[in-house]
Amino acid sequence: MQIQSPNILLIVVAAVVMVLYVFTNSAVLVWVERKVSAHIQRRPGPFEVGPFGLLQTAIDGLKLMAKQLIIPAKADKRIFMLAPVLSFVPPIAALLTVPFGKVVQVQNLDIGILFILSLAALNVLAILIAGWSSANKYSLFGAVRSVAQNIAYEIPLLLSLLTAVLWMGTLNLGELVDAQGGFWFVFTPFGFIAFVIYFVTGMAETNRAPFDLPEAESELTAGFHTEYSGMGFGLFFLGEYTNMILVSAIATSLFLGGYNLPFITLNGEGILWELIRVLIFLAKAYFLIFVMIWMRWTFPRVRFDQLLNLCWKVLIPFSLVNLAAAAIWIKAVGG
Amino acid sequence: MIQKPDPTQETLVLNMGPQHPSTHGVLRVVLHCDGEYVLDAEPVIGYGHRMHELIGEVRDHRGFYANVGRMDYGGALSFGHGHILAVERMLPDLEVPERAEYLRVITTELNRVASHLLWFGAFLLDLGAFTPILYSFDDREAILDLLEHVTGARLTFSYMRVGGVAADVDKDWCDGVIAFVKRMRERVPMYHKLVTGNIIFRKRVEDVGHITRDMALKYGCTGPVIRGSGIPYDVRRSEPYSIYPELDFEIPTSERCDCMGRYNVRWEEIEQSLRIIEQAITKLPEGPVMADKVPKVIKAKGEVYQAVEAARGSLGYYIACDGTTSPYRMKIRVPSYSNLSILKELTRGILLSDLVAVMGSFDLVIPEIDR
Repeated sequence: MQIQSPNILLIVVAAVVMVLYVFTNSAVLVWVERKVSAHIQRRPGPFEVGPFGLLQTAIDGLKLMAKQLIIPAKADKRIFMLAPVLSFVPPIAALLTVPFGKVVQVQNLDIGILFILSLAALNVLAILIAGWSSANKYSLFGAVRSVAQNIAYEIPLLLSLLTAVLWMGTLNLGELVDAQGGFWFVFTPFGFIAFVIYFVTGMAETNRAPFDLPEAESELTAGFHTEYSGMGFGLFFLGEYTNMILVSAIATSLFLGGYNLPFITLNGEGILWELIRVLIFLAKAYFLIFVMIWMRWTFPRVRFDQLLNLCWKVLIPFSLVNLAAAAIWIKAVGG
Repeated sequence: MIQKPDPTQETLVLNMGPQHPSTHGVLRVVLHCDGEYVLDAEPVIGYGHRMHELIGEVRDHRGFYANVGRMDYGGALSFGHGHILAVERMLPDLEVPERAEYLRVITTELNRVASHLLWFGAFLLDLGAFTPILYSFDDREAILDLLEHVTGARLTFSYMRVGGVAADVDKDWCDGVIAFVKRMRERVPMYHKLVTGNIIFRKRVEDVGHITRDMALKYGCTGPVIRGSGIPYDVRRSEPYSIYPELDFEIPTSERCDCMGRYNVRWEEIEQSLRIIEQAITKLPEGPVMADKVPKVIKAKGEVYQAVEAARGSLGYYIACDGTTSPYRMKIRVPSYSNLSILKELTRGILLSDLVAVMGSFDLVIPEIDR
């Protein structure tokens, strides 16, 4: 593949569109989360502001923006202000390489997966410096937990993604989707195991219940973002929801055949076909998000040592064996 | 005394509370932590001290009665029951009608179920599950509606009176109670399906916070905490009062001694309370709910100690009177105070998350401890 000169204008426009998408997505997801959790808990959820309470999150966002940013006196101010930005920007940048459709993809990188993973790894740095700079013991506890959790969970996450990369023989996200076509990777036994492991570790990566240890409310009040108010907290919040869509988008691209229907490869040309593809992709991604929300509102929180035990004793061995088995299969049978 | 942090030791002092989501009010626990491990946990109480005992010595007996419900917002009726029984013991001529005593037991047991449901939700909230509390509040709401109908209050009930109860019930209310018992029995399997069998939940509570029989006895634990350690101590049976000797119910215990044991005991207690309510409502005698001749001014002499089984354990009122209208000395023995005192020994060397689970399994009500 030859090196293309990047079209700066396209990237700027696309980045703006992506930021808009991220904001809308977060606003809608927060509403969805509140509605779904409400129905799980047999209550109506927000319904006062706008139709079906749709504008509730917009009002909440406005409230967060209007709030005073309080910086603790002993906090390291520059790092304290940097942390929310650092948790919010990388997931957006990572979304730029996600193939929502055949054409709807801002930049198709040959090392797309690597790019996304390296940006996703910045999340733990954001949490660490947020916890460290707050000069609060609860924040520090949250940060320490987060580092241990994220470093541990990055390994099975990488191994499960590596299985998919090995199977399809490419790091390019667009090619990964095309290589699967209608026969999704999750239909193969290796793909299925890798997908389950990826989804569990992905939930841990997004720090959501039952793996929300860095912000465990009943133990650490709010963990690493205890001291953040207003939009400082708001950016962490946005980052979390963007991370959710990123994790689901990767799962969709690598395991669930991207924009293809099961056993049907969608290769049609034209804007209508492209629209259908994007809708299929989003439907899969949002279904995974729905499952995440569902689990969050059903399960209690795991304990710290249990979380690490699960990772080191179950997920890593299984993903290693799965990767080796896939490699042997490819060598012997030819993937 | 609170231990001063030692700068030579590499431990972290963490103030958990007084404002903390899982200390259920204004309890402060000073933790000495080594990473996630708790080396020492020292409860600091008194943030919600409201001088209830002193008020009891200043006001007359009836005037103080409204205060007792404020001590335990979860199970206010058993606190009222204990106080009224103590005052009535100082009046040997007083004949309390049987119907009043039945109504006291029915409402108290309904309140006990409501209290256990509140604990269930709060305990799961401590463990990080948000949904169960809304389910349990659904059932609790049904109880509160019933209690509101007869007592007029939903939280700090002042239903009982010296010589009887404030209001009689009608047939509709009795039918409502029977319907609730039926509904609650149908709902219990749902709770077990949602929570008890959950692998994450079981891993969080099994073999956590192990209280041996000796420890439970040494610290004077009562209620579900001591029964969760396999000792069938229940004031309703060991020091029978009111109409409990006439009723058929069991004292559930668990040999597990851990948080799971206490959890199981409370669920079985809900079932036993439902049995008591069922029996009492079918046996409910006709007649007045207030004694004919109740002295307007209570001037007693001597001392009484009356213990009752509150939702959290043994509750005792010690009232010493010197012949004036108000007690000379009042001492209230509350269950949560003794149950909390075990925390320091119990939580040495456990994880921070387990500390939260252990405190949740005690069902602490802080205003009751601080008084």
